Amino acid sequence: MSYLRSIAAVSLIALSAGCGGAGKDSAPSGPPPGAQRVDESKAGSLAGRVVLDGTAPANPPIKMSADPYCISQNPNGATSENFVVTNGGLENVFVYVKDGLGNYHFDTPTEPVKLDQQGCRYHPHVLGVRTGQPLEIVNSDATMHNVHALPNANREFNLGQAIQHQADKRTFTAKEVMVRFKCDVHGWMQAFVGVMDNPYFAVTHDGGKFELKNLPAGTYTIEAWHEKLGTQTQKVTVGEKQAAEITFTFKAPPASGS
Amino acid sequence: MNWLHRYTKLVVLSTVLLIAAGGMVTSTGSGLSVPDWPTTYGWTMFSFPMDKWVGGIFYEHGHRLIASNVGFLTIILAIWTWRVEPRWWVRKLGFAALGAVILQGLLGGITVLLFLPAPISIGHAALAQLFFCITVSLALFTSAGWREGAPGADDPALRRVAAATTVIIYVQILLGATMRHTGAGMAIPTFPLAFGHALPPVWSAAIAIHFAHRAVALVVIAAILATAAHVRRHHRGRRDLTRPAALLVLLVMTQATLGAFVIMSGLQPFINTLHVVNGALVLGTSLVLTLRAYRPIMDVATVRGQRAGFGIRDSEFGKTRREDPAPGDIGHKHAGAEGGARS
Repeated sequence: MSYLRSIAAVSLIALSAGCGGAGKDSAPSGPPPGAQRVDESKAGSLAGRVVLDGTAPANPPIKMSADPYCISQNPNGATSENFVVTNGGLENVFVYVKDGLGNYHFDTPTEPVKLDQQGCRYHPHVLGVRTGQPLEIVNSDATMHNVHALPNANREFNLGQAIQHQADKRTFTAKEVMVRFKCDVHGWMQAFVGVMDNPYFAVTHDGGKFELKNLPAGTYTIEAWHEKLGTQTQKVTVGEKQAAEITFTFKAPPASGS
Repeated sequence: MNWLHRYTKLVVLSTVLLIAAGGMVTSTGSGLSVPDWPTTYGWTMFSFPMDKWVGGIFYEHGHRLIASNVGFLTIILAIWTWRVEPRWWVRKLGFAALGAVILQGLLGGITVLLFLPAPISIGHAALAQLFFCITVSLALFTSAGWREGAPGADDPALRRVAAATTVIIYVQILLGATMRHTGAGMAIPTFPLAFGHALPPVWSAAIAIHFAHRAVALVVIAAILATAAHVRRHHRGRRDLTRPAALLVLLVMTQATLGAFVIMSGLQPFINTLHVVNGALVLGTSLVLTLRAYRPIMDVATVRGQRAGFGIRDSEFGKTRREDPAPGDIGHKHAGAEGGARS
């Protein structure tokens, strides 16, 4: 009988371990001593573009035969989003201030950032969220998805969303660039979430463009991250009320490497 | 008519199917497609709608259902064996199978809830093979050939080589499971050479595990060939040894070929899973050969479950009531025992 009790105890422990709901931790605490706030009347900005030097490899087609619903939602077929190029500009590049901010405090936004599953794809493919800010994960599809986050500095979670329009919220407590999200039901689905402790981040769009607003004067290390091409960093100095500009150039891989 | 024996064969076949289903889960990366356990997206396992068995859910949920089926079959096996089997150690083996399959189910659930930690996933794979060995053993021990056939002459060398081969095969399976569950399956993406060399020019943990699996494969092939050669040379007239030995050679050559195809196909899931299943068949066949090699040194009463005065008739095995052995009876050799050594 004691043997059966041991098995029951192990089972209960195992079940409770999976119910912790990673990422439901509380928001970060208040400003540290000596922290200052950004004076927006004196802040500058940093705008720029990420370009691709060369021809992007073709994105491989996605086989959606595992789920007829996914096929129905993509009647013209679908390809991966490894390389999205618009007018020479590289899209879905996460650009952020890696270093140089010093001791500034930034309020944590309460408005959630939305990650949607639609047509058996994540929308957006790359996004940013603040530490402690809610990430609202929505299933807009009439099929099953699981949302599996694979962080290194935050707590891993795997969320089942069986019902259309089901929405769940999660938060991350530690800065991390980038957290990969995947769906184990539909193996081609993935997204990347940058978790930041400051508001100075952007995802390139409309031809590889980005802009970081209300940046206090200073010298910064700016990093650009791409899921296939890796990272690049540059140092830039932004003066008071100055609109600085910067360009990142990523070299396209050889034709066989995608 | 030995219905218990027939039933054990059903359990063996179901277990092979379960190993295949589990192999497909890992090969397709579907291990976390059902985040909860023991429920499935909130449904009970047996009420989950079939129209929702999409993508990776088909493999993971299917695996859970087949596992439940094997669990039920094993419950019946344990009870049936306990009720009719006169040999105490076979009855215990039936309950060992039940304990193993329960533990296996728990490990499967725990590894999902903890996001597939490698040690638990590897343990799940390792225990699956052990459970398979128990079912194969039960099928062998309940067979008429084991209980009624001639034991044959004892061959200590055969016992040693067969036992060593079985152990080496199991070690190889553990290496394969470690390789799969640590993502090292393509750590060396070329075959037969490693990055164009006999030995990898660079090393990492993943490359080391992968290379160890390839190296031990050669040891397994050598061990099986040695076993088969010994059987062919010294026991040519014994079909109960020559047949599993021949099958073992065929299976290991198939396994080596499949291993090559796994690499060349870039871990194609079906080929990958076939490699896993065939590995289990190699292990099971080697186990049968080993147990038959040990049979001559087991006393008649242990082999056949007969005790003087018990009145159990082998021809009605499965129908008769088991009798408790008299004190001091178990383990004693019976020269010219009741029933004798029927050939």
